[in-house]
Amino acid sequence: MAATGLFLCIFLLGHLAGNLQLFMTDEAGKLQFNEYAKFMTTFPAVKILSYLTYFSIVFHAIDGLLLTLKNRKARPVGYAYSRPDKNSSFPARNMAILGSLMLVFIVLHMSNFWVKMHWGELNVDIWLDANGNRDLHSVVMHSFKQLWYVIVYVLCMVAIGFHLWHGFQSGFQSLGLNHPRYTPIVEKTGYAFAVIVPALFGIIPVYIYFFG
Amino acid sequence: MNLKLKIWRQKGPKDNGKMVDYPISGISPDMSFLEMMDVLNDQLVEKGDLPVAFDHDCREGICGSCSMYINGEPHGPGRGITTCQLHMRSFADGDTIHIEPWRAAAFPVIKDLVTDRSAFDRIIQAGGFISVNSGSPVDANAIPIDKHDSDRAFDAATCIGCGACVAACKNASAMLFTSAKVSHLSLLPQGQVESRDRVLAMINQMDEEGFGNCTNTGACEVECPKGISIENIARMNRQYLGAAISYSPPKATGGGD
Repeated sequence: MAATGLFLCIFLLGHLAGNLQLFMTDEAGKLQFNEYAKFMTTFPAVKILSYLTYFSIVFHAIDGLLLTLKNRKARPVGYAYSRPDKNSSFPARNMAILGSLMLVFIVLHMSNFWVKMHWGELNVDIWLDANGNRDLHSVVMHSFKQLWYVIVYVLCMVAIGFHLWHGFQSGFQSLGLNHPRYTPIVEKTGYAFAVIVPALFGIIPVYIYFFG
Repeated sequence: MNLKLKIWRQKGPKDNGKMVDYPISGISPDMSFLEMMDVLNDQLVEKGDLPVAFDHDCREGICGSCSMYINGEPHGPGRGITTCQLHMRSFADGDTIHIEPWRAAAFPVIKDLVTDRSAFDRIIQAGGFISVNSGSPVDANAIPIDKHDSDRAFDAATCIGCGACVAACKNASAMLFTSAKVSHLSLLPQGQVESRDRVLAMINQMDEEGFGNCTNTGACEVECPKGISIENIARMNRQYLGAAISYSPPKATGGGD
């Protein structure tokens, strides 16, 4: 869980760097973003990274599911009255449910953009831009003009924020990377990561909806 | 003080058990929680009912026997205390108090609030020892040990094995207990020799007993009556990872063991 989770944190940073280009909603921005999208789907080094990412997502989800099932079995009879809020945080106790939400989001997200970019039928799902690149930019702009999709996207970013709030420093702890001097730094970095990264992801669709 | 107690009653390991209400009056706020339970049991015996079975021994917070899940927390409200160190002044007149046994597949209920915690003993037996005779006490500082290491080892050694960590954990994981035992030996030179065998054997036994896995919620260290830190869990993870990757236990080559 820890190794794949932390790898996916790095993936998020890369993904975010790409997404930030979507703030450019004009014609030049469109051509640049489509050029970038083409590079990301064809460059061999990126391909290797993307397979690592697919593997990490699948492994993280399956391992998480097995872990949750095993942990449930460890307490077959629950407490009649329990106050877990007294000793642990909400995200820490709900990693599985938050993770499941994210898996649903990933499926929706990939069927919208990733499938269209890779295998979408030309002039039906996706068109070509002036440079002859697949016009993912327009697909994104169109999607984020739909209010329901913007709302779902933003809510999922809140869920991912909670997931990261616990997950970031938990990954370090699971790998045994705990030290009186560095753990407070890791924790603070994790909290900042959990707020800033999903917030930036979430602002993009809102910006496109209102100003795109 | 007048209180409403809701207590888990279970006749035996096979019985289903249920929560039963017991109103109680005339409790002094100066009583310890276990003294309050004694008063209740006296009243139950006078009425001809079976007293509530619960574990207790030293009643001064050092034996690790007492084990009640009180108002949703192991050892009740308050930090750094066992059930016997909890006093009735922590509650208000008229309060409802829920009292349950530890809940974990590895800690089956024997009767009422008494659970079988011998799973912890078997984890210790798997590796919580050093195999050489340490002999008679040597002169102080004959073996140079970093003060910080000896302090950390001693902090880990304060674990009384009550099982509050398992009871508090949403996964019923025994990682805090096991890591405290692993740390207290592996931080000292006498214990370092066998540290790789120890960490592999104790974690293996922990899994066999049916405890859950650690998801780092940190509930255990909050509820631990001895304030044992999850820093020990990270240390154990580190040692386990190292041993699992780099170490293969020696095979017997004759000459007895």
